[in-house]
Amino acid sequence: MKTNKGLPCRMTKVKTPRQTYLAKRRNDKIIVILLRIGVLAFFIGLWELAAELGWIDPFITSCPSRIAKTLSEIDMADLFTHIAYTLIECIIGFFVASGLGILIAVLLWRFTRLRRVLEPYIVVLNALPKIALGPIIIIWVGAGAQAIIVMTVLICIIVTVISVLNGFMSVDEGKILLLRSMGATRFQILTKLIIPANVPALVNMLKINVGLAWVGTIMGEYLVSTAGLGYLIIYGSQVFKMDLVMASTVVLCILATVMYLAVAGVERLTKKRYHID
Amino acid sequence: MALLEISHADIIYQTEKSETEAVRDLTLSVDEGEFIALVGPSGCGKTTLLSMIAGLLAPTNGTVAIDGTPVVASSGNVGYMLQRDNLFEWRTIESNVLLGLSVQKKLNDESRKYALDMLDKYGLGEFKAAYPTQLSGGMRQRAALIRTLAFKPRLLLLDEPFSAVDFQTRMTVCDDVHSIIKHEKKTAVLVTHDIAEAVSMADRIVVLTARPATVKTVFDIDIDAPTPLKRRENPRFSYWFDRVWKEVTL
Repeated sequence: MKTNKGLPCRMTKVKTPRQTYLAKRRNDKIIVILLRIGVLAFFIGLWELAAELGWIDPFITSCPSRIAKTLSEIDMADLFTHIAYTLIECIIGFFVASGLGILIAVLLWRFTRLRRVLEPYIVVLNALPKIALGPIIIIWVGAGAQAIIVMTVLICIIVTVISVLNGFMSVDEGKILLLRSMGATRFQILTKLIIPANVPALVNMLKINVGLAWVGTIMGEYLVSTAGLGYLIIYGSQVFKMDLVMASTVVLCILATVMYLAVAGVERLTKKRYHID
Repeated sequence: MALLEISHADIIYQTEKSETEAVRDLTLSVDEGEFIALVGPSGCGKTTLLSMIAGLLAPTNGTVAIDGTPVVASSGNVGYMLQRDNLFEWRTIESNVLLGLSVQKKLNDESRKYALDMLDKYGLGEFKAAYPTQLSGGMRQRAALIRTLAFKPRLLLLDEPFSAVDFQTRMTVCDDVHSIIKHEKKTAVLVTHDIAEAVSMADRIVVLTARPATVKTVFDIDIDAPTPLKRRENPRFSYWFDRVWKEVTL
């Protein structure tokens, strides 16, 4: 009786290999997430503790509680103005650089002679640290948001042109031949093949540009600005308010992450749409 | 009048380093409904020849004409099927098949129906909305053929269309392609280095010389069997295989 009853009961508890595998996968995921949060908590805790116990001087290093205090005491309207400045400069720079970069890549793809003429210039411009052009930009376009946008565009655009053109040039020759044999024009080859074939590369380029646009904007703000998060950071360091510097950096960190996640979302959508594995 | 008429064509390639004579004084005519295979030693300029027939490469001397008018790629008279199927991964099978029609601005209800009916007829009807990666190699090749036939080219060019397909599939794809071409009453020029494939498919085999390519011998293949697979089983098959093979290697 006992064994008869017990057996089926125990049977249902035995997991199939599939269930075991899935459970293991789920556990792995949970552990990784917990560890990630743990690392952050440990870092913040250690920082706070070190400041509290006097191992480090919070006047120089700041600490989490002082950052939180600074953020809570800061004039919100003021903070949002700074955020708005930086965000608008960054987004305009990002879109102008991406759009213009793609346009230039299309022209260079279409006109072989133009590409051959401009090749060395692109190489030199790519090698040049764009920040060196800062003073020139300020003199030419004036000190202000426009100079920061130009800086952002300069930093992003060369890489955009090079990587997009590279993608355009590496489209399968067989597919081009196929379209040509159908009597396709250069424009049709561009719209029906080159651009759709490069959608993954274009999205990837956007991902890289998000990071570069932030570099350009903050560097631009370091050079010349009266508002923005880069301005807050520079201002904070000049008056030695490390709490302000750190608080601005934290805000910047959050904004950059949000923008990156937005582009990553676009990537997921295009992957679905274009059936890329 | 022959459908395709090549007369005294020369092709001389110019590159920075050298000048290459790929084709010399080649004369060939193909009648409507014929299935011609071009075979020859590797590197003899077969693909160059096809590019010329497709109107992608003008002969240095001589003429290439379809229905009496010189070929140009934009005429849509020639359907070119390449070694790989070259289906666009981001398009559905339906939209891949309609590619030529949309390029040539011939896409209308009638032409769309013609193309989609072919998908149904040749067993791809249920894969209209599928993407190329979801299809087997043989099915992809069939889809590529239907894409080529969709804009009703007068002449079909096949550049080793089975070389990228694995061996087992190759035989059946070969049969499929042959039956579709015969069924649609198309004229075809096949380029291949596989003599068995040529003998099993063609009505006429043109053996080319080594570079510069010109016509060496023409064989009329008289194997009485309906499909390439059946032809391979026919006793005359090995006779023709032998003769063509000797002619190519001699």
